[in-house]
Formats: sequence, structure tokens, C-alpha cells
Amino acid sequence: MVRFSINGRTVDVDADPNTPLLWVIREQVGLTGTKYGCGVAQCGACTVHIDGAPVRSCAMPVSAVAGKQITTIEGLATGGTLHKVQTAWVDLDVPQCGFCQSGMIMAVAALLREKPRPTDADIDAAITNICRCGTFQQVREAIHAAAKAAV
Amino acid sequence: MPKFTRRSFLVSTAAVGGGLALGLRLPFGPELVRAQDGSPEITVWVVVRPDNTTAIRVVRAEMGQGTITGLAQLVAEELDCDWNKVVIEYPTPGQSVARKRVWGEFSTGGSRGIRQSNEYVRKGGAAARMMLVQAAANQWKVPAAECTAANSVITHTPSGRTLTYGQVAEAAARLEQPKDVPLKDPKTWKIAGKPLKRLDTAAKVNGTMLYGMDLKLPGMLNAAVKDCPVFGGKVKSFDAAKVQGMKGVRKVVRVGDSAVAVVADAWWQAKTALDALPIVWDEGPNAKVSSADIAGMLKAGLDADQAFVGNRAGGDVKAALAGAAKRVEAVYAYPFQNHACMEPMNATVRWTPERCEMWGPTQNGEGAFAAILAATGLPADKVDVHNVMLGGGFGRRGSYANDYVTQAVLIAKEMPGTPVKMIWSREEDMAHGRYHPVMQCKLVGGLDASGNLAALHMRLSGQSILASVRPEIVEAQKGRDPIAFQGVFESGEHSFSYTVPNLLIDHAMRNTHVPPGFWRGVNINQNAIFIECFMDELAEAAGQDALEFRRKLLGNHPRNLGVLNAVAERIGWGKPAPSGVHRGLAHLHCFDSYVAAACEISVREGNKVKVHRIVAATDPGYAVNPAQIERQVAGSFVYGLSALFFQECTVKDGRIEQTNFHQYNSMRIAQMPKVETIIMPAGGTVWGGIGEPTICVAGPAVLNALYRATGKRFRSVPLQNHGMDLV
Repeated sequence: MVRFSINGRTVDVDADPNTPLLWVIREQVGLTGTKYGCGVAQCGACTVHIDGAPVRSCAMPVSAVAGKQITTIEGLATGGTLHKVQTAWVDLDVPQCGFCQSGMIMAVAALLREKPRPTDADIDAAITNICRCGTFQQVREAIHAAAKAAV
Repeated sequence: MPKFTRRSFLVSTAAVGGGLALGLRLPFGPELVRAQDGSPEITVWVVVRPDNTTAIRVVRAEMGQGTITGLAQLVAEELDCDWNKVVIEYPTPGQSVARKRVWGEFSTGGSRGIRQSNEYVRKGGAAARMMLVQAAANQWKVPAAECTAANSVITHTPSGRTLTYGQVAEAAARLEQPKDVPLKDPKTWKIAGKPLKRLDTAAKVNGTMLYGMDLKLPGMLNAAVKDCPVFGGKVKSFDAAKVQGMKGVRKVVRVGDSAVAVVADAWWQAKTALDALPIVWDEGPNAKVSSADIAGMLKAGLDADQAFVGNRAGGDVKAALAGAAKRVEAVYAYPFQNHACMEPMNATVRWTPERCEMWGPTQNGEGAFAAILAATGLPADKVDVHNVMLGGGFGRRGSYANDYVTQAVLIAKEMPGTPVKMIWSREEDMAHGRYHPVMQCKLVGGLDASGNLAALHMRLSGQSILASVRPEIVEAQKGRDPIAFQGVFESGEHSFSYTVPNLLIDHAMRNTHVPPGFWRGVNINQNAIFIECFMDELAEAAGQDALEFRRKLLGNHPRNLGVLNAVAERIGWGKPAPSGVHRGLAHLHCFDSYVAAACEISVREGNKVKVHRIVAATDPGYAVNPAQIERQVAGSFVYGLSALFFQECTVKDGRIEQTNFHQYNSMRIAQMPKVETIIMPAGGTVWGGIGEPTICVAGPAVLNALYRATGKRFRSVPLQNHGMDLV
């Protein structure tokens, strides 16, 4: 049994300790906004925050998150208010198929916490998620828009 | 804001339980058809709810390309409804079959979603408007000609009285549909043609959009599957006892001749057990085939006597080449490539001896429907397909690639009554693609004494997609695959863009055991590189500017010339580039659109390529949503440049060597060039495609610039094989 907090809720899960956090989140906690894309921490579709830091959950064994605070895309908004990254994503119509966007948004939200006004070079270094639709031009624009937003 | 929510998917999923709820004919009148929620259907494309919401039906698949938004804009434009109250409904293939295919084609490929259904969906919207107006006129007992409609409100102009669409929907639905339905002049469009926001964004930023992988059905189990890694191989045996006792495992099943699946409570349990399962394969006759073997076979085709002609003009090309003042020759090559959709293949199926249903991503609901009929032997009224948002498609989930659907059905048949969600691992997805066809090309050009192109022979040698997936078309063409010539064909939506006095473009078909498929852009990817890089080679041999050399051959191709001139002007062709920056350009006619690109690149340390900027132009005839066109163009360059620089599926011992993104790289944001899109629709009777055409021009434009930067012609893809990297 592993106990951790996810989106402010404490959960106990009964899983093999080697089970990737991604699959515990999707199949046991039941939150499917976090996506499986590669399973080897390459694509970033599974990005969640662990104690505030962006982590690719497909390569993180669940046993390593005991006692930690996890935030997924479902927990990024506060009450009914979207996170400023989500708002920028809506305003600039960023997603195409959208499958990678949960991970992309989580990676960007973590970047903005670290660097509230990131340069293009900061974005290039921090955002390494794969998007096969190729939304990068809108992603960059939306990151700058979110950085300028007050909340 | 229009809403496109998880709920709308759940509603359509819920329709399953009630059978053909949507389109059920109820005894209210001879023609009245009600949607699932009881609202009247005005035409098959339009349902008006009492609260004045308009539900627009879409049967083409949304995979990110924006087709649902564009199609809804076209219907809403003619309907004159309130765009802020538009929602989307998805009829299923089962409902379509029950109603004699009233919604037409479901297939979403070949950039056809909007261009090939625009007329009938617009008429569906226009007819509904006429019926709603007539219903209001009837209620007021006035001539319909005295009434106007806007924003879902009908106004009787002389009296100023108004009624909403919702108020007259019941009466309108009982009227006979008009036969003569005039459409608006696109110049007057207010909803179509505008850069409106997509209808499906909200659920894609908060994790609630439902993809096939996310489905949950009551009592559902999960399956992981492994097919013989060698194409054409079979399962010899497997030792189920070794994994039967593992946690969560319910059943180990053979899937057809060639695959094995583990069904478990959770997918991770199924995958873990599958990885531990001892399987012995009969690898079959292809177990020793390598990339070198395939390349050798294609190379022999470059000079083979027999080849299918795709385009011929003028006289004897070989004689003209022999008599040319100057001959130029080059050989190019393009590899197998995997689609690598972000969401690996998956499907959820519930089977009983009486009924079979699938929930999952497909670019062609009817294709999946047919695959289920074939795999179950059930009659059409006992089968249905419930499409959900696709996590990418790019052709992999298209009409002739229902392999994963069939697998999911075969697995579900082993678990009667239990829904089973089958998900491929990324590794399985890489190993069992429907790959971009492999092709080589030998080009020989002859210049006359003035440096004009007098003769051109373009010999393709390689794989045919249609020979694999639609052999009847190839048979009807006496062995020729017409789409091998996309972008260089004799006529039609992919016709060649140049006029050359003596021309021969032919194809020595060389098929392999690696299954080919339609990969975003299909054969224009390689054909554009072949012809547009060779045009640069010819221009150089003629001592002419690459743009001027092309212009001389484009006299009969004004729309090609139009897009080419547009990008040349915007990039500053002919004017000095910034220090260290080099330019290249390319254009093509394909999917009935005219597209061009011009780029600026620089190279440092000999191999680090930076693409600074790409200017793209597209003339698709009509532009339904310019904002989405811009996104498709920029996105197509990400897909195309990833392929150009990084992507090759190599074959060793009969199987694909690359297993995941670490060996099959894809561009990241740091490598993204600035993309400027010029949309220049010229109108006319033909609507061109958007999703695919521009993908093919980025590659040759960059390759041509790369020659100017390095002095080297790179004639094979991917560039990483030449030591070049994209930074």
C-alpha cells in the first residue's frame, strides 16, 4: 500500500511497487487526463507535478512517491478558475488533437513557477515535450501570454 | 462560446445502450425524425433544440485538424444560426447504415474532410434555414419571402415580429425538404471563412477530453497485445501457465494467426504479464530481410525496362536526353517512416454472440464497422462503432488500417459480454505500423544550348500503397498505382506543376513485406523532394537562378506560379540574406491545393542546422477557417521536418529496428522555425485540401537551402544519416 496526495486528496493504492505512477494515476486513482505516449520519459505526455516539480510519471515507480504531493492536469485549476496557462491555451487556441497537451500544460505551469517571465531560450531548454501535431508556434506564444497574465 | 465537452461524448457513448436512438423514427409525422434528446431533426445535418441550441452533425473524424469546427462553420453559415449556441453530434456508422448512408462518407483522409463534403453539408444547413423560415411564415400566415433569418432568429420584416429557431423547430421538421437549395456566395460569408476558435479546446486543457485510451465501461478489462515482430510471421506457441498466476491476469489469448494478448484487470498488469510471457514465433519467409536487401531491389528498379507510366509529354524522352547540350542525373531515396501518433493504437470492444460494439479512435468509422463485420460475421444491424477524439491520425487510423480494430474484436470474442480495452504499447506501435512507402528515384534532365529544360525522365522505384491495400484499383489500371505519382501525375488533383517539352515520369513497382500505408501527405513527401531538389540541380547546371528557372516552366500553371511568387517575395528572394543565412524554395500542386514554401536557414559547426523561418503559401480555392489553416501549415512543417531530419524505420531480420522515440525522434519546440502563412484562395469550382499539402514543401525548401549553405546535395532522408542535426 502506498499513500500519497493527489490534487489535494489523500489516496492509498494497492499496487506493485514498480508500477509506474502514470498507470496508478490512470487506472487506480481513475484520472485519465495524464496520458501514456511512450513509457520511457521521452515524450512528456505523462507530465505531472510531484511536490511542485515536473516529472514524467511513466518512468516513476509508485513506490517513490509515498508521502508526496502530486498534481495532475485535473488539479491545475483552482476551484472553477483555470490556471493562467490553461486560460492562455484557450485564448490562443493551442491544442490540435490535444493528446499531448495535458503534459505540455503541466510542463509549462512548472516552468512559469520557476521563471515567471521566461525567455525563448528558457522555453527551449525547459519544454522538451513531443507534439506530433506540431503546435509549438502557438505553445510559445501562449507561454509568453500566460507569463504576462496577472494570475 | 460553443461547448464541445466530455459530456457530448458521453451522451453519444450512452446512445449505445439504446441502440439506434439517434435517428429513431417516432410516430409524430411521416418525416419527423428525433435526435436522442427528443429534439427534432430539421435536416440530417441540423437538429434544433427547444433552447435554441443548434446541434450540427459531423461524421468526419476529428484528429486535431479542425474538421469539426470547419464543417460546423459551413453548416452554420448557411443555416444562419447563432454560432455561440452550436454543439456537435456524432452519428454512428450503425445509424448511417440504418438510414441508407444519409450522412455520406465517414472516411477522413486525403485532406478530404471539408473539401469533399462542403457542398452537401452546406445544402443541409441552407435547406434547414429555408424550412425554419417557412415554418415561421406559416405560423404568421405571411409569404416566406417577407422573412429573414439571422442568429437563429426569424424576423418578419414588414411587421418586425420575430420567432426563434427553437420555437418553430417542431413545425419546420414536419415540412418537406426543399429540392432547390441555393447556396450563398462565399464572398458574403460571415461564419465560414472567418478565423473562429475551435469548438473542442476547453476539454483539451483540463484533462476531460475523452480519448480511446481513456474509456471506462462497466466491468471493463484491459488487454496488451504482441504481434509477430516479423511481418508475415505467426505464433508457433506460448506458455500461458508462466503468467496465468500473475496479479490481475484473467486470460492469455491467441489473436488470429500472428498475435498473443494478455487480458487483465489493469493495462499495466496485462503489459507486465505479456512481457514475461514466453512466445515462440514462426517468423516465416521474411525473417532474413534487411534494409540493404530492400534498397538493392529498389536500386535495380531505377534502370529496369518495365515501368508504369504516370505522366508523358512530347516526343521520345530518351532520344531528347541523348541529344541534349547538357545532361544532369541524380538518384534520391526516401525511407520507411512510422506515423507515431501521440496516442498509440487502441480500441475497446464488447462482443456477445448477438452484438458487437467498438469505442475508439478511427479516421473512418465505416471502415472500422466493416472490419468488425468481417471479424464477427454479425449482420450490420448488430454492430456499431462509437468514435471518440483521436490522439492523432495522420493516416494511421485510416480506411485501410483497421488492423488494430480487428485485433480488439478477436480479443473481445474470447471474453463474451465483457468490454475489453486493448492498448498497444509504443513499442508495439513502432513495430506494427503501416509505414510510409520506401522509394528511390533517378532523375535525368537534359538542357538545351540556352539552358532551357528540354527533357526530363523521372523514374520512381519502390513500394505501392494501393497494391497492398486496394489491389482492385491497381488491377483496373493494368498494374499501375496512380497515387505513386502524387504531385507529378498526368492530370487531376495531383497533377504535375511544370510544362516540359519531353517528359516521362514512370514507376517501377517494387513491393516489400513491410506493410505500407497512407502517411500524412502520402507520396507527395518524396515526390516533392525528388522533383523540387532536382529542379535546383538543373537550375544550377543551367547557370540560372532557382526561381527564374522554375518560372520559365510555369507559364501554363498560373496558380503554382502565384504561390511560388508569393513566398519568394515575402522571403526576399533575390535580395541579400542576413550574414550566414541561406534560402531555398519549393512548390507543388497536390490534394487540389497549390502550395509553396521558402525558408531561411543557417548551419554552424558544419552540421548544426537552424531553420530560422519558413514562409508558406497555400491556395486551396476556399479558406473555411484561416486560423486553423495557419495551424495546419505550421504543424505540417513539424511533421515534415521531423521526417526530413530524424525519421527512418530500418529493417533487420525482417522486423523494424526502432522501438520508441529515443530511436525515432520528433522535433521539439527549440527546433521550431517561425512559420508565416500566406493564405491566398483563388476560388473556382474546386476545393483543395489543407491538412496535407504543405507538408511536402518544407523538406525540399530546406534541402535546397542546405546545398547553398554547405555545398552538398543531400539526396536521401533522413538527414541524420548524413551527420546533420536540427537545432
